[in-house]
Amino acid sequence: MITVEQLCVQSGLFRLDNVSFEIGTAQYAVLMGKTGSGKTTLLEALCGLKAIVAGRITLLGREVTRLKTPERDIGYVPQDLALFPTMTVREQLGFALMIRRWTRAAIERRVGELADLLELRPLLPRRPQGLSGGEAQRVALGRALAYQPRILLLDEPLSALDESTRAGMYELLRRVQHETGVTTLHVTHSLTEARVLADVLLVLEQGTVRRQALPSDLDQAERPQSGSAAFVGAPTDARSAPGRSVPRNAL
Amino acid sequence: MNQEPGSALAPPRARSDVPFYLALGVLSGLYLVLILAMLVADACFTTPDHLLQALRSREIQYAIRLSLISCTLTTILSLWVAVPLGYLLSRFPFRGRSLIDAILDIPIVLPPLVIGLSLLILFQTPPGRWVQQFVPITYAVPSVILAQFSVSAAFAVRTMRAAFDEISLRHEQVALTLGCSRSQAFWLVVLPQARRGLITAATLAWARALGEFGPILIFAGATRMYTEVLPTSVFLELSIGNIEGAVAVSLLMVAAALVVLLIVRVYGNDTASLRRL
Repeated sequence: MITVEQLCVQSGLFRLDNVSFEIGTAQYAVLMGKTGSGKTTLLEALCGLKAIVAGRITLLGREVTRLKTPERDIGYVPQDLALFPTMTVREQLGFALMIRRWTRAAIERRVGELADLLELRPLLPRRPQGLSGGEAQRVALGRALAYQPRILLLDEPLSALDESTRAGMYELLRRVQHETGVTTLHVTHSLTEARVLADVLLVLEQGTVRRQALPSDLDQAERPQSGSAAFVGAPTDARSAPGRSVPRNAL
Repeated sequence: MNQEPGSALAPPRARSDVPFYLALGVLSGLYLVLILAMLVADACFTTPDHLLQALRSREIQYAIRLSLISCTLTTILSLWVAVPLGYLLSRFPFRGRSLIDAILDIPIVLPPLVIGLSLLILFQTPPGRWVQQFVPITYAVPSVILAQFSVSAAFAVRTMRAAFDEISLRHEQVALTLGCSRSQAFWLVVLPQARRGLITAATLAWARALGEFGPILIFAGATRMYTEVLPTSVFLELSIGNIEGAVAVSLLMVAAALVVLLIVRVYGNDTASLRRL
């Protein structure tokens, strides 16, 4: 669970004041808001990349407000992805594990699992230069998920993708979230993304986050069905499945 | 309605662009010709015999050796300073950063002789004399390296800062979220990306050190077979009237400079970092 209470964040001249919201464990929350409303600043504050003036952040029952970024165990995919240009896809996927001093064999095994989940196997020896938008997005997602964080923050992950790649990514994001049970906060401008992906819709407006009902015209058919061929072994529609938080490390 | 010629609404008469391009070409070309003419004149003035004679001279062999060793040590020392200082200036907007930036311009804009004189005076102060009790510096080999380092390091810092500026801060931030400490993010993520900047900084520092003369003359003296580096040899050969020898040594330095230029062009940070110097 992500709990944010009366958070104040200062970033240069920009300031977020008294932001409060809550996202349940293993929920997929979509945060919307106008450009410049502070969505990225809020994500960075959750990651510990922005100084927090006041308030409290609790992740899965652990207060992290004053913890340093590496101690928060948050998977973060920034809008520009920031793939490391000097590393191969394999090295990027194994990076967080290498930092955590996993054995070479364990890293290799985990990288293999991620490559299968995200369909990255043929790309493992390649460097990020020359990857397509969708491929780069999947690598960034895999890099963030490698050490099995329980919180995943995605900053406009699909904004740079074309329509068909985006549709594939909807399925993938749902599948990843369903299989890993990772609590996800996804920032976007797109109402379609909210409709297709969100369990919870949050709107950031004038420095305040409020929870909003999902669009009433939500067409269930639009949502990727977990029971489709692409989701082998996954239960039916993740959003409607009761007690849907699958055990962590299910991968 | 017909417009009167010369009325306010009449389109301007199209003038030929040729004079403009001609002026650009001639003015730019003059300088390029000057550079190439200097090199050609050097090459024509000397003969392979002069070059061989210079290379056989014990003094010049010593100067080549000392130049190679001192420039390499200067480069290593410059990088040791340039990497942390360049990173600091690029990443942390601390109070006094512009002051440090301005201080770094001093070795670049100060007349070389003044740098040498300042170093000489520095090592005559009580702290300087105390250091010299343990390591003789003034008019000894360490003074050559120190004189080269004082100027070369400033160029290396500028280059490294430009290299770090070009690396997105996001990479480090993502590395932190993946569990890296600041130091791990620097060594594993930032520095490998700054590889080209490192090569550029090293070659520039090396080339700058090779050509350093003013501070060395004042601070290290021009003692044959002791504090003699290649520019000192040119000066000493000229002072005894051996112009052929001076030109031969100069050509050796021209060759070294061309190699450096080639390395920077092939491996370096293109010209982005040089432009900021």
